Amino acid sequence: MMKKAWKSIVIILVLLFLYLPILVLAVYSFTDATNIGAIRGFSLHNYVTLFTTPELVRMILGTVVLALAAALLATILGTLGAIGAFYSKKGMSSAITTMNQVPVVNADVVTGFSICILLVVVFGIGKDTFIPLIVGHVTLCAPFVFLSVIPKLKQMDSSIYEAALDLGATPLTALVKIVIPQIFPGIVSGFALAVTLSLDDYFVATYTKPATFDTISTYVVNATKGAQTTIKTALWALSTVIFLLVVLFTIVMNLRAKRAGRERGQV
Amino acid sequence: MEHMTNIIELKHITKTYEDGFSAVSDFNLEVKKGEFITFLGPSGCGKTTTLRMIAGFDIPTEGEILLNGKPITELPPNERPINTVFQRYALFPHMNIYENIAFGLRQKKTPENVIMKKVRKVLELVDLEGFEKRSIDTLSGGQQQRVAIARAVVNEPQILLLDEPLGALDLKMRKEMQLELKEMHRELGITFIYVTHDQEEALTMSDKIVVMAEGKMQQIGTPEDIYNEPINAFVADFIGDSNIFNGIMTGKLKARFCGGEFACVDDVEEGTHITAVVRPEDVILTAPGQGQIRGIVSSVIFKGMHYEITVESGKNEIVAQSVHSAKVGDRVGVHVDPDNIHIMIAEDHTNIFPAEINKNNELEYNGTVLDVALTSIVKGSRQTEDGTLLDVNGSEIDTRKLRIKISIKPQDIELTDEQEEGLVQGYISNLIYKGDHYSYVIHTDLEQDFVVDDEYLWNMEDQVGLLMPVEKMIFSVKK
Amino acid sequence: MHKYLFSRKNLGIPYALFLVLFVMAPLLVLFYYAFTNGQGEFTLLNLTGFFSDPNTLGTLCYSFGIAAVTTAVCLLLAYPVAYILATSRFRTKSVILMLFVMPMWINFSLRITALKEILTWFEGNLAYHPFLNTVLGMTYDFLPFMILPIYNTIAKLDGALLEAARDLGAGGIQAFLKVTLPLSMPGILSGVSMVFLPAMTNYVVLDMLYNSTYIMGSLIGSYFAAYNWHGGSMIALILLGIVCLFTLLTRGIEEENTRGGALL
Repeated sequence: MMKKAWKSIVIILVLLFLYLPILVLAVYSFTDATNIGAIRGFSLHNYVTLFTTPELVRMILGTVVLALAAALLATILGTLGAIGAFYSKKGMSSAITTMNQVPVVNADVVTGFSICILLVVVFGIGKDTFIPLIVGHVTLCAPFVFLSVIPKLKQMDSSIYEAALDLGATPLTALVKIVIPQIFPGIVSGFALAVTLSLDDYFVATYTKPATFDTISTYVVNATKGAQTTIKTALWALSTVIFLLVVLFTIVMNLRAKRAGRERGQV
Repeated sequence: MEHMTNIIELKHITKTYEDGFSAVSDFNLEVKKGEFITFLGPSGCGKTTTLRMIAGFDIPTEGEILLNGKPITELPPNERPINTVFQRYALFPHMNIYENIAFGLRQKKTPENVIMKKVRKVLELVDLEGFEKRSIDTLSGGQQQRVAIARAVVNEPQILLLDEPLGALDLKMRKEMQLELKEMHRELGITFIYVTHDQEEALTMSDKIVVMAEGKMQQIGTPEDIYNEPINAFVADFIGDSNIFNGIMTGKLKARFCGGEFACVDDVEEGTHITAVVRPEDVILTAPGQGQIRGIVSSVIFKGMHYEITVESGKNEIVAQSVHSAKVGDRVGVHVDPDNIHIMIAEDHTNIFPAEINKNNELEYNGTVLDVALTSIVKGSRQTEDGTLLDVNGSEIDTRKLRIKISIKPQDIELTDEQEEGLVQGYISNLIYKGDHYSYVIHTDLEQDFVVDDEYLWNMEDQVGLLMPVEKMIFSVKK
Repeated sequence: MHKYLFSRKNLGIPYALFLVLFVMAPLLVLFYYAFTNGQGEFTLLNLTGFFSDPNTLGTLCYSFGIAAVTTAVCLLLAYPVAYILATSRFRTKSVILMLFVMPMWINFSLRITALKEILTWFEGNLAYHPFLNTVLGMTYDFLPFMILPIYNTIAKLDGALLEAARDLGAGGIQAFLKVTLPLSMPGILSGVSMVFLPAMTNYVVLDMLYNSTYIMGSLIGSYFAAYNWHGGSMIALILLGIVCLFTLLTRGIEEENTRGGALL
């Protein structure tokens, strides 16, 4: 009994470490306090600021649009790359896999900096074109899509593709109607991972983004250096909103997984 | 009346992979419309590769495939009026049964109301009425198999290819499906090309059987032909249980093998080296002295319908099937009727003889331990420190149940005066001059005949030793 | 000859080109810039400069120090959590695991902001404890990346192995040290590589927590700010070298480990 209690304590302490700052910040985001520790009254002004300041709204929307666009491109490229690599001869396949591994293990600073040098310094492509930023984020995300699709291809019964051809499907139809549905869970989780990576990125964006454009990360990092308290506390609200969205998303996903499990169990 | 036409012809088909391995070499076949033809052979014999070339998944490196007289050698699979039932069914897991079956029709842009009718009809054919909306993973193996067949035949292919379709089913289900497939073949009138390694399945179902080994066709014929008149030792061994002996013709309709002289009905020239095949059910056990040879019963196994009795005669073993039991150690005579002996001219005179496994799990012949590891003979096996032989899964192999045969070519054996140096001793019972060498038959002390090619002249009745290098021996295992 | 116009393996071509263009080419350009000067002439000055300047060498050492301490703290916190979760029969296990994953989905800069506010409340001026705060911040940021891989390897361990160890007379601690710990090495290694390298380069955490010391990442940032592509490239190249070294090292240990495992 004693042992179990001790185990629970370890878990709870580490969870507290991870969540206490976010939760405290969430509580204070609903007050008019400018510092944690001060006791002030309830207020929604942080949320009003967050959703009415054009600069903040543009930054949030920009981050989301960038993440979705980059993730979409990365998913298309990574998925096709995985299918191509999987069905290629060994040399080609291992060449793609090795190159794919580089951005995965490399430090994001190096990835961002090297793309900036190539595109901006060598090719002279302006950062204002958003091309370096998009390329940077696709480079950051696509390898992870690749890595989540490959196992699904390995798990798939290889003869179903042949079965489709046998039944008169062209290779393209067989791919679209048979292979893609089979690896779809891998594509979806690759896409989700790509969105998360893009949303969380600071370094690639810093080195490749237009000067007038900010993602949440670059904005927050700059804002903490400044002394504008209204912006600072509005970011507490942003943190709380994101936290609540993540919680909501997790609950929905868990419920769906549970329902799917139950349906399967019934049959 | 229309003449029976060839629906598909394979001409000199060869499939060689990049690493130089030939899966199929110079394969020729003509299949008549409406036939049920079976490719039969052990795994790795090239039967599935041949099927895949007919389906269009693999392209032959050489040769031509004709469908109704037109070449289709490199036509992609989706453009061939041929459908396949896959080994593990290959049903589309994300589609229900209706969608699976409708898939082929939809590729041909068949109107949906026609598809609906056809799917219903084909589901009736495979006894799965009302299963349209069920998902694949709710079906048993047998049901999935039926869906796979339905999905293929609904397209009304000219040829239906079946790649070991019953391999994943249990015995009872398999027997049922065999009959149903045969029935379906009759009903649909489609040409079936069936691949299996199960000889019983092939014999039960086929109009014609193609026996394959090492990428080559060994024999083609009706099940009766293949069973009764196997063309070589491999076919005889693979189809049904058989006793196979090397021997020699000793006179008009007379052959010597297994240490005795037998009358036979095949007229083969005297002095010809032969392989004699006797089916166990044709071996009659008599009182000692009454049969052509005599021996001692070494094992008796009850098989339900009959007893399987093994008789040792000298170093030869004869397996008999009998409704009467016998006791181990009984002295018996062995009799075989002349028309139950199938004589084949030994095409390459390869000597085949049994080896023994001693209690240390070493291979032995005539009391000499052969310098070869059992693990290299039994595929995938390994040996523990105390000599126990383990199979791929790590379970122990009962070496007493292993039958190991050694084959060696006549030119790989050397004759010697120093009899004791030979692996086995005997006297020269026949010699033929073959232009550049002599072909000898040596009758050994173990009552076996060996064919040996030697360029030096020896005399009839000379006593010799036979030197047989282990590295020239080929070992085969039968459980 | 009839051939498909479309072939599955050709689908990989766009991605292969993309990788060559945006992964391999940038690395080549890094090489070029690292060994040239502003006039495009070959020079080793960037390299020798880095290894002869006490400031940059100090930065390298400080980076290693930060990374090593962060990794150690993460490991010490993550291993018990992963072990307890993986071996427990909590009914809420999946929910608790989810709780450890969720922070990864919240933007790291916002999380560090939250931590910063809390620390400011406790410490007043953050600049008094730069090292401590940085390690805290990085641990806070990277901890989930250490917990997950360790949890995954321990959860996959065959429970029968532990029972076998106990059956053969090993005590609880003995069984843990001789069986669980060695077999969870792959997870530890992958966790370490997911924490150590970011800890050497993620200079934003330092910036946000008012640690005025430099780590390797910040050097790139400052060269970038000064438009000194050549100096920045050399730092990036050195970091790349460290990544390679680290990958080889962990792979080596892993191979050793699997060889040891095969002997079991």
